[in-house]
Amino acid sequence: MNEKAVDVARRRFLTALTTLMCAVGVVFAAIPFIAFMKPSARAKAVGGPVEVDISKLKPRELMVEKWRGKPVWILRRSEETLAALPSLDDQLVDPESEEAQQPEYAKNEYRSIAPEYLVVIGLCTHLGCSPKLVPPGAGRDLGSHWPGGFVCPCHGSQFDLAGRVFKGWPAPANLVVPPYRYLDKTRLLIGEDRVII
Amino acid sequence: MRVVVLSWLLVSFPALLYGATEEIQLQHTNIDLHDKASLKRGARIFVNYCLTCHSASYMRFNRVGRDLGLTDQEVKENLMFVGEKVGDTMEVAMRSEDAKEWFYGVAPPDLSVVARSRGPDWLFTYFLSFYLDPSRPTGVNNLVFENVAMPHVLWDLQGWQKPKYKMEVYADGTEMQVIERLELATPGSQTEDEYRRTVRDLTHFLVYLGEPARLERERVGPWVLLFLGVFVVVVYLLNKEYWKDVE
Amino acid sequence: MMNAVAKLSRTTLSWIDARFPLTKLWNEHAAKYYAPKNFNFWYFFGSLALLVLVLQILTGIWLTMNYKPSAEQAFASVEYIMRDVEWGWLIRYIHAVGASAFFVIVYLHMFRGLMYGSYKTPRELLWITGMFIYLTLMAEAFTGYLLPWGQMSYWGAQVITSLFGVIPFVGDSLALWIRGDYVISDVTLNRFFAFHVIALPLILLILAVVHVMALHEVGSNNPDGIEIKATKNANGVPLDGIPFHPYYTVKDLFGAAVFLIIFLAIVFFTPEFGGWFIEPDNFVPADPLQTPAHIKPLWYFTPFYAILRAVPHPLGGFLAMGAAVFLFFLLPWLDRSVVNSIRYRGWMYRVALFTFAVSFVALGYLGMQLPTPTSAFFARFFSVLYFAFFVFMPIYTRIDRTRPVPKRVVYK
Repeated sequence: MNEKAVDVARRRFLTALTTLMCAVGVVFAAIPFIAFMKPSARAKAVGGPVEVDISKLKPRELMVEKWRGKPVWILRRSEETLAALPSLDDQLVDPESEEAQQPEYAKNEYRSIAPEYLVVIGLCTHLGCSPKLVPPGAGRDLGSHWPGGFVCPCHGSQFDLAGRVFKGWPAPANLVVPPYRYLDKTRLLIGEDRVII
Repeated sequence: MRVVVLSWLLVSFPALLYGATEEIQLQHTNIDLHDKASLKRGARIFVNYCLTCHSASYMRFNRVGRDLGLTDQEVKENLMFVGEKVGDTMEVAMRSEDAKEWFYGVAPPDLSVVARSRGPDWLFTYFLSFYLDPSRPTGVNNLVFENVAMPHVLWDLQGWQKPKYKMEVYADGTEMQVIERLELATPGSQTEDEYRRTVRDLTHFLVYLGEPARLERERVGPWVLLFLGVFVVVVYLLNKEYWKDVE
Repeated sequence: MMNAVAKLSRTTLSWIDARFPLTKLWNEHAAKYYAPKNFNFWYFFGSLALLVLVLQILTGIWLTMNYKPSAEQAFASVEYIMRDVEWGWLIRYIHAVGASAFFVIVYLHMFRGLMYGSYKTPRELLWITGMFIYLTLMAEAFTGYLLPWGQMSYWGAQVITSLFGVIPFVGDSLALWIRGDYVISDVTLNRFFAFHVIALPLILLILAVVHVMALHEVGSNNPDGIEIKATKNANGVPLDGIPFHPYYTVKDLFGAAVFLIIFLAIVFFTPEFGGWFIEPDNFVPADPLQTPAHIKPLWYFTPFYAILRAVPHPLGGFLAMGAAVFLFFLLPWLDRSVVNSIRYRGWMYRVALFTFAVSFVALGYLGMQLPTPTSAFFARFFSVLYFAFFVFMPIYTRIDRTRPVPKRVVYK
C-alpha cells in the first residue's frame, strides 16, 4: 500500500451511496417475495362474493352459506322477534353495536339491511366455534326467560337473534356481519357491498 | 430446396430443430402484445371457436379482462357463457371422454400453453394450412400437422382449400407426388387478407394466453435494468477508488 | 450522538466476541485474509457461484410454497405459480434461468482452475471438494428438471435412469430402485422432489462451506500461479497480498452487479433463451405414452451425453460418460508440470487446453443434435480429443518446455 493521500471524503461518499443503493435494491427485491405469499388469484376467486337466493327461506328459518370458508347465517326473523329485540338491551354487552363488528349499513337495532333478514358470520367471537340456533323455550338449561338466540357449544357464550352477545359470557363482542348487499328483493350477494364495475 | 432448408436448420440454432421435423417452411408472423385491439379480437375468436372443445384451464376470465383492459362486466358479456363466474378458469363443457369419442380417440388438448410448445409461427401456419382430404374422417388434413384430428373449425371464414400437386424427383430417381401449394376452392365469408388477419389475431391471443406474465415482465424489466445500470456505475467508481491503494 | 452510536456498537461487538468469534471470523475470512492482488476476470466466478446458490435457495424455498410434487398436479401447479400467484413468474424464471447460470459460472470457474493450475499442490483437496460440488450440482439439476413434469422432464428422466440398466447384473434392479416404479411415475417425482429440495441443497451448502474453508487454509492461487505466502514482509503479511475486504469485496460487488444485469436481462426479456434454458416441449404435460421427437438433456449435460452416444456399446458409453467426469478428480496427479499457470507453460499445454475447451464445446453442441452418421463421427472425434487431454497429460506436461516463474506476481 502506498502512502499517497487517500481522498477520504470521496471514499466515504461512494461507500455510503453503494450501501444505500444495496439497501434500496434489497427492499425492491423483497417485494416479489412478500407479494408471492398474498392470496393468489385462485384464492381470490374461491373467496369471491357468493350469491344467495333467499326466496325460499321461511320465517324463523336459518340457512347457512359458505363464504371464504366460513359459515354465513341468513336468518329470517318474525315480526315478534324484531319487536322483542329492544327489550333485551340491558342484558347485552354492546346493544347499540358500538364495536365495529358490522359495516355501517348494518349498524342499527336489527344489525341488518332489511330488518327481516339477519346476515352474520356464524363463528363465536370468543374462540371461533360455530354457535347453535336455540329457539325460545327450546333451551333446556337456559331457563324460561330465554328469548331465543345462539349458544356456543364451546364455552356457552350466548347471542340474541341480532347476533348481539349477552353479558356474563366469555365472548367479548357481537357476531360479525359480513359485507353484503341485495341484488334484488330475493337475491343476496355476500362478500361484496359496493357495485364493482 | 428442402435439403437446403433442412441442412441449414441442422447447423443453425438448435432451438430451430423443433421446427425441423415439419417438412414445410413456417410462415412468420410478428407478435406485438401491445396491440390490444388485435388481442381482443383474438380473444373473441378463441372463445367462439376454440373454447367449445378446448379448455384453457390455467387461465382465468378476469385475468384476460384485466390484461386486455376489459371490465368484469365486459368480460361477462363478450367472453363468457351464462352461469360462469369471472374468477373461473376457462373450462370447457365437454367431458374429455366424450370428446375422445367424437374426435376419433384424441381428446382436444388444453390450450393454455400451446403457444409455448408450438411457437407463434407454427400456429399461424397451422390455421392457414387446412386442405380438403377425402381420405380423412373429418374430410380435412393439414400441411404442418399430418392427419390432424381436428376439423377445420374456421372453414366458414376461410372457405376450403385444395392441394395442388407437383412431381418431385429424388436423387435415386424415384418420383413422388408432393403438395406444391394450397389453392382456395370454395371461398369463405372472409377474403384471404381478412382471414390472415383473423388468424393473426388468434395467434396473438394464444401467445398472450401461453404467458400472460410476459406483459408484466416486459414492463418491469427495463426499470430493474435501469436501477442496476446506475448501481454498476457507482460500484465501479467505488471499486476504482479503493484500488488506487494497490500498486 | 455519533459517538454514542459508535460506543454502543463497540460494546455490543465486544459482548458478542466474548461469546462468539465474530470479529475473529471476519478477520480470518475477510479483513485479514490476504488474497493475491493480481486476480483477473476469471476470479469473479467463485463469489458469483455463491451468489447464484443463495438465489437458487431463496427462490426454491418460495417455489416450494406453491409447487405440488404429484404427477396429477405438478404441471398445473407450475402454471398456477406462473399465473395465479403474484410475481410467481419472476421467482420461477429466476430459478429456471439460475440453474443454467449456475452451470455457466461453474464451468468458467473450473476452466480458470485448468488455466492457472489451481488444482496443483497444495490445493488438491480444494479441487476435489469443488468436484464434489459439481457432482452434487449435476444431481440437483437432474432431479430439479423432473419437477415441472413436462414431456422433456419425463422422458429425460426416463432415459437417464434407464442408463443405469446397462450395468451388468445389477443394472435393471438398480434402475428400478432409483425410479421406485417400472417407469418414471408419481413415486419417482416425489422422491426426486425430496432430494431436490432438501437432501442435495444441504450437501451443496456443506460442501460450499468446506470448499471455502479449504481455500482460506491454503490461500488463493493467482494468474501467475505463484505462492504469495513465500514472500512476506516483517509483519508476516504477503507482499503481493491485499486484504480481501475491502479490495475484493468491492470488486466482487462490481462483478455481481454486471452479472445481475446480464442474468436479469435474460430473466425479463428471454427467459426460455430460445429453448436453451426452458425447452418448448416441456410446455406439454408429461405423457408416458408419447415420446417427443427429439429428447436431449439441457445444454449443461450435453457434452457428456454426446460422449455417451459416441460409444456404440451401451455399457461402454455409460463408462465413458462416467470417466469423462471422474477424470477431473485425478487432475492434481495427472499434471506433472513444475509450473502452475498457463502463462509459464510451453506450447504443448496451451494447445492441449485449447483443444480440450474446443472439444467440450463441440461435444456440447453435438449432444443437442439428432444423431446422424456425420454427427456421430464428429462426436467420436471430439470424444477422443477430450480423453486425450487427460490421458496424455502426464507426458506432455512433463516434457513441455516451461518458462521461468518470477518471484513476485505480475501486476499490470
